[in-house]
Amino acid sequence: MPNEVLRRSAPFLKIEGLSKRYRDDLPPVFENINFRIDRGEFVCIIGHSGCGKSTILNVVAGLEEATSGVAVIDNKEITGPGLDRGVVFQNHSLLPWLTVEQNIAFAVRSRHPDWSRQKVAEHGARFLEMVGLKGASRKKPSELSGGMKQRVGIARAFAIEPQMLLMDEPFGALDALTRGVIQDELLKICAATRQTVFMITHDVDEAILLADKIMLMSNGPHARLAEIVVNTLPRERNRETIHHDPQFYRIRNHLVDFLVRRSKLIQAAGPATGEEAPVIATPGVESGAGGDAGPRAGRVKIVARGAGSPC
Amino acid sequence: MTKSLRLRGAVLSLAILAVFLLTWQIATTPAKTTAPSGADREYAELMGNSATGAALANGVPTPAQFASLAWKQLSDPFYDRGPNDKGIGVQLAYSLGRVALGYAIAALIAIPLGFFIGMSPLLYAALDPYIQLLKPISPLAWMPIALYTIKDSATSAIFVIFICSVWPMLINTAFGVAGVRKDWLNVARTLEVGPLRKAFLVILPAAAPTIITGMRISMGIAWLVIVAAEMLIGGTGIGYFVWNQWNNLSLGNVIFAVLMIGVIGMLLDSLFANLQKKVTYAE
Ligand SMILES: Nc1ncnc2c1ncn2[C@@H]1O[C@H](COP(=O)(O)OP(=O)(O)O)[C@@H](O)[C@H]1O
Ligand SMILES: [Mg+2]
Repeated sequence: MPNEVLRRSAPFLKIEGLSKRYRDDLPPVFENINFRIDRGEFVCIIGHSGCGKSTILNVVAGLEEATSGVAVIDNKEITGPGLDRGVVFQNHSLLPWLTVEQNIAFAVRSRHPDWSRQKVAEHGARFLEMVGLKGASRKKPSELSGGMKQRVGIARAFAIEPQMLLMDEPFGALDALTRGVIQDELLKICAATRQTVFMITHDVDEAILLADKIMLMSNGPHARLAEIVVNTLPRERNRETIHHDPQFYRIRNHLVDFLVRRSKLIQAAGPATGEEAPVIATPGVESGAGGDAGPRAGRVKIVARGAGSPC
Repeated sequence: MTKSLRLRGAVLSLAILAVFLLTWQIATTPAKTTAPSGADREYAELMGNSATGAALANGVPTPAQFASLAWKQLSDPFYDRGPNDKGIGVQLAYSLGRVALGYAIAALIAIPLGFFIGMSPLLYAALDPYIQLLKPISPLAWMPIALYTIKDSATSAIFVIFICSVWPMLINTAFGVAGVRKDWLNVARTLEVGPLRKAFLVILPAAAPTIITGMRISMGIAWLVIVAAEMLIGGTGIGYFVWNQWNNLSLGNVIFAVLMIGVIGMLLDSLFANLQKKVTYAE
């Protein structure tokens, strides 16, 4: 199953040889980043702070320019921001002088300038309902809790019905309880809409719950995309039962081991030569078995190298 | 708690007023010899304001005299009996008209220009030295240049109002526009919002509190400056009125006009305070 996803041709998002240098006298933050995301995939990226995750996401969003390399979406090179990509900002970035419904209407009207006022309002209300905030539509962002604001940000991004959703640590500032509730909502919405998502997180559990693929970055500067971990849990995951699956811990241990140990080793091994491709890892599944072996079948297998073409 | 604080504040305010009035009364109670006879007082009242002024020519009126003078002025504020005898309302209207005109022209120029300066670092760098140089010049220092070039004293007064109110609005607009949070601009960018929509729906509301603050400062300065300008140009206006009454040695009218200047200034300021409250947003 996962290998099928990786092998499919004409990916929706293609990143090739991406590197970024903010200043000429400093080493590049990251270099030679290559990855692909297919339609309908939910991809998380994890790495220590400063490795350039936000920069990569901003390049995909078109808000930042890479020093070298290309980002191609739907066969078009990304040269600037666009309505085909919806961004959920880390600090929600709602316009504080507008009410919740006005914030969403602002986005909807940008997407559909020809729509009537009523149609814009109805469309927005649908997405507010989706994140469970219908009752707060007349409130200003300052009257909402952090979790509610983030949900409005998500509703705003979904309301323009983008081809791809980009989220930069959307739940980073939330308490664990609120985060869980919103994760569930997001999971439901994405399953229903088959939304393509690229999301940054620093929460390993969140990544395993939400993502189909988890990309691991080594430390910066000279950060690289070191591994692409395929989530070998079945797609119908849910926050309450996921912890009962022993496979969950195999993936989790693999990710944590990367963050505490391997991410430094890769950086210490020196800058990228341009040749190495990210390792595809399927923790807990025998190498070569792909998705055919049941998720609970294997013992902990750290890395399965070179399975198929690198993503 | 806040309520009781406000109540105590009001009580204290009234107490201060009472002490002030009492001091005033004691300081101005005339010695017996100078007290006017009943006939004199009637005569003075018959003769109207100027006579009252003459009666008070020798000094500051008592609170009671001042109250009757103020009442007389306020009960017929818009009379016009020639160049040197106009009601206080007429004079204030002249001043307000000049301020409104000069201020409006300043706003029409300063706010759009400030917008461009705030959005363009190049324009900011180019114009900043001029702004820094022109800003500290006393508006009255422009008066001779204005009188020479414009040759019309009324227009010169309007020019002086323009030149003094343009800077705070220009600087605050530029500052507010330049300081719009990058996140909000990024929201507009990712939504492919066009330049006009961005200017009016994102930048303007984001910078509005700063812009209104600039407008409020400008209005305060304009109201200060108009009095001085009208003392110089003469003819009409509250500034001229103060100067004229001083020349008449009518101290009561001077004090009354000064009080009116304060009241109007306060009203103008509270107008902008309300406006400010309307556009301020909590983050
Ligand atoms: N605008 C900028 N100018 C200079 N350096 C920057 C800028 N933005 C980010 N950086 C640097 O680039 C590195 C990566 O930043 P970022 O992409 O935010 O990392 P992450 O999101 O993974 O924490 C950091 O070391 C940061 O200091
Ligand atoms: Mg970041």
